[in-house]
Amino acid sequence: MSHSALDSGTAAEGSKSAIDPEPGQPQGVTGQPPRKPRRSFLPYGLILPAAILEILIHIGPMLLGIWIAFISLTQLNLTNWLNAPFVGLQNFVNGLNPESTIGQAFFSTVGRTLGYTILVVGFSWILGMAGAVFLSSNFKGRAILRTFFLVPYALPAYVGTIAWAFMFNQRDGAVNQILVDTFHLFGDERPFWLLGQNSFGAMIVVNIWQLWPFAFLMLMAALQNVPNEVYEAAAIDGATLWQQFRTITLPMVRPANGVLLMVMSLWTFNQFNIPFVLFGASSPKEATLVSPLIYQNSFGSWNFGLGGAMSVLLLIALFIASVFYIRMVLPKGADND
Amino acid sequence: MIETRNFRILRNVVLTILSLWVAIPLYVVVSTSLKPLKDVAGLFQWIPRQITASPYLDIWTTVPLAKYFQNSLIITVCATLCSVTVAVLAAYSIARLQFKGKRAFSLTVLSTQMFPGILFLLPLYLIFTQIRNLTGLQLQGSYLGLIITYMTFTLPFAIWMLSGYFASIPKELEEASMIDGTGRMGALIRVILPVAKPGIIAVAVYSFISAWGEVLFASVLTNEATKTLSLGLKAYASESDVFWNQLMAASVVVSLPVLIGFILVQKHLVAGLSAGAVK
Amino acid sequence: MKNPLKVLSALTAIASLALGLSACGGSSQQATSDTITYWASDQGNSLDDTAAKLKPSLDRFTEKTGVKVNLEVISWTDLYNRILTAVTSGDGPDVLNIGNTWAVTLQETGAFEPVEGKLLEAVGGKDRFLKTSWSTGGAEGKTPTSVPLYGLAYNMYYNTKLFKEAGIEKAPVTWDEFVADAKKLTKDTNGDGKPDQWGFTAAGASVSANSHQAFIRGLQNGGSLFDKDGKPTFDSGPQVEGVKQFIDLMATDKVMSPSDAEISQGSQKVDNLINGKAAMMFDQSPLKNFDARGFKDWGVAPMPMVSIGATGAAGTQSHVAGINLSVFKNSKNKDNAIKLAGFLTSDAEQVALNKAYSSLPVVTGASSDAAFQTAEVKAKNDALANHAMPMPLIAKEGQMETLTGTAIKNLFAKAATGTVSEADIKSALKDANNQMAAAQ
Repeated sequence: MSHSALDSGTAAEGSKSAIDPEPGQPQGVTGQPPRKPRRSFLPYGLILPAAILEILIHIGPMLLGIWIAFISLTQLNLTNWLNAPFVGLQNFVNGLNPESTIGQAFFSTVGRTLGYTILVVGFSWILGMAGAVFLSSNFKGRAILRTFFLVPYALPAYVGTIAWAFMFNQRDGAVNQILVDTFHLFGDERPFWLLGQNSFGAMIVVNIWQLWPFAFLMLMAALQNVPNEVYEAAAIDGATLWQQFRTITLPMVRPANGVLLMVMSLWTFNQFNIPFVLFGASSPKEATLVSPLIYQNSFGSWNFGLGGAMSVLLLIALFIASVFYIRMVLPKGADND
Repeated sequence: MIETRNFRILRNVVLTILSLWVAIPLYVVVSTSLKPLKDVAGLFQWIPRQITASPYLDIWTTVPLAKYFQNSLIITVCATLCSVTVAVLAAYSIARLQFKGKRAFSLTVLSTQMFPGILFLLPLYLIFTQIRNLTGLQLQGSYLGLIITYMTFTLPFAIWMLSGYFASIPKELEEASMIDGTGRMGALIRVILPVAKPGIIAVAVYSFISAWGEVLFASVLTNEATKTLSLGLKAYASESDVFWNQLMAASVVVSLPVLIGFILVQKHLVAGLSAGAVK
Repeated sequence: MKNPLKVLSALTAIASLALGLSACGGSSQQATSDTITYWASDQGNSLDDTAAKLKPSLDRFTEKTGVKVNLEVISWTDLYNRILTAVTSGDGPDVLNIGNTWAVTLQETGAFEPVEGKLLEAVGGKDRFLKTSWSTGGAEGKTPTSVPLYGLAYNMYYNTKLFKEAGIEKAPVTWDEFVADAKKLTKDTNGDGKPDQWGFTAAGASVSANSHQAFIRGLQNGGSLFDKDGKPTFDSGPQVEGVKQFIDLMATDKVMSPSDAEISQGSQKVDNLINGKAAMMFDQSPLKNFDARGFKDWGVAPMPMVSIGATGAAGTQSHVAGINLSVFKNSKNKDNAIKLAGFLTSDAEQVALNKAYSSLPVVTGASSDAAFQTAEVKAKNDALANHAMPMPLIAKEGQMETLTGTAIKNLFAKAATGTVSEADIKSALKDANNQMAAAQ
């Protein structure tokens, strides 16, 4: 959770001005030298509000959700859920047995969601990076474009998805109007974008449209700290644009990247709203993601143990992947700042 | 990067493509919202044959938008303010102070992002019910319930991002201030916050946007008196899917406040971001 | 000095947070003893429209009993989840509407007042109600936990102008006639070589509408979704045949636009009929849409049947559709809740409400009212009273709808983009059948 020495340095220079206006602070009572932190409950006091909320709204429900995976919670005992029978690993056996129809659906859905996440996050990052790189140079209209690119992100997720659903309509939609009527692609047959295999691609397009401005914003913030002199020096040394990008830009955004890629991946992997608005409660089987599948298996059938078991398995997998990722990618030293 | 000729050409091409990619869906929404119903029913027309404001007038008679708007504003503003305050405190603690269990706390907060959000829905409701039974505090159907839900949902990323931001601010700045006798909290308020302004605005924007557009939790945690604007839009969408012009008009109306607010704040965001850069 | 300062600052931070929270929050309403909460489903053109049409009835109730009603109209997309949270937390309304196909599932939760004793008395006993509608109140052989409130049934609606143009004088009666007429009505009106007017339209992506057709078409062909022992038989011969008839409208008869595979909401198909893009459709209650759009050129007929004059299960034209009403067992105001149940099912209110929502009265005493003597209502009433069977009265009804409906949705998607063989249909239904069996 620490940034590299390089951008700390630049931030330092930039931030000097922020404290300059108040040079003559009244002297403290004792004028102690900077203290080494010692045993104190200040750190705990500061995280306390966050901790209470997290426990109440996140950790509590999460633990409850995990517990539900081990009980049989159906319409028969919802009213008395505290006393629902403990069934051990039965939900896991029922839902995750790769031989059964439900288990097969689960594992193929996990694979599909993984592919989905890689595509969405990958393209969002590339678009965001392209926007950030080109908008960090000075030119007329830059400020307007910068605001404009962020609009899809600022739009309520619901609105963006509805707009795309309208555009993807097979008979009258704008997408087929451009592709088929204007450019005469697909041999003048109007493809269905929200059915079958195509629906997977359509969902990816909608998600990228909504997510890329977020990558753009974060990468742009990270790029603000790269002084132009560095590029100038590199250019004098004869570095091509691509070499400048690889040797200067990429390393500069690395600290921001670590966090960005991880949260974007987690959000995308657990995506629920976009398929729900595009397809309703049951997605085409070629486009079913993990969250809608879990929704179907818990809210659709009021069998919460099964959905819970699937979630717990995913939680474990994502947790291991995240810890691994944090160790590998994020810079060391978060603990001793 | 250095502005060679190739760079400029590439820049124009890339930025044009990105602009079109962003603009087309927005244009479809706005142009559709201005068409009469008969022109919406057929094949999509890029250039409207006729422009009318009536979809914008009609939606006000079918949905109590003004009331929903007020609810959304109260809930979103409170959630954003509270979320930023809580996140700043926690992030500062993580970035600057030593304490036992820091890593555990960070990892736990992070792990909440790994659970499918949809599965929180029922357990959260159950916990709210238990709280009501124990303390009499009504969280379902009240502003308070949604506010603390939304602020918590945005906390992990906010804490994460801000602690990174704080960590990148050199310690010498605070130490200088603390020598002046302001103490830790004084240093946080006088030194760290001004420097971290872009990060704080970014986090606030993120919280606001997440809360403004949320529909799933709002659909079970609100009642007639506390319904939010995006829920109004959702109900509207599910019952009048042939009146696309009105639906798009409602979408514009729901989006406009958050867009205007965003554009206003965005100036500061950009200014703040630029202030951090060295020319 | 410094430690107290730290403590102080931390405390202020927390206190200001708490203050902020409590200032923002706190708009909870406590129900007083003469107020009950009523969750109504969305029966009108919008949530507000539903509330406005319900208000006169509720005002009369308040006037009569002195009990105020706190009304909340909930959209269909949210109602099931709202009921779920209410059931689980025990924190719900006093009286609520449910889709009648949910009745058995909700009955099993034990969260709703059985219709016996005081409640049965308040609604005037079961003999006042249409037999078919009453049967949806709960599982067979158990005390029901819901009473019918609004009745609905499938009819076939058609565009009379398109019928006239095609020279069809009489609505089709049998399935074969229906398909033949639909073929006549499918044509290319603008000369581009592709049909742009279709004989039939349906919401091919609507899971629930598809599952209703699986149920009705299966019965007409002599099949059923479950056998006598309650085992799913989605892939039995007659069931496959029934689903095939429906899919074939798009796949082989080509009387249904491939675009219909994408329609997930009924109102879009009604729109097709109004715009003259399609000539016939199956629907339960399109009148409010017709009226809202000022559309007059429509006719109505019973749903086509496989064999003419069939009776019993094979003569099914509709499932027993409708909305039921339940009283929440946890209600702190049960006496008044029961009063409201009795009031809304009284003859006078049945007339007023079903007239307002263009649905059917579920009590025989109201059916004779002048408002229900039009051809449309009579046709629907006949279907509901004499040619309707309730959807399977099982706890897993929701899952059955999802599985069969989704299978048909995917088959339509396949038909829209390619071909569908009988083997495809059989394998899709077999898949659904296996999942149903695993879930039971």
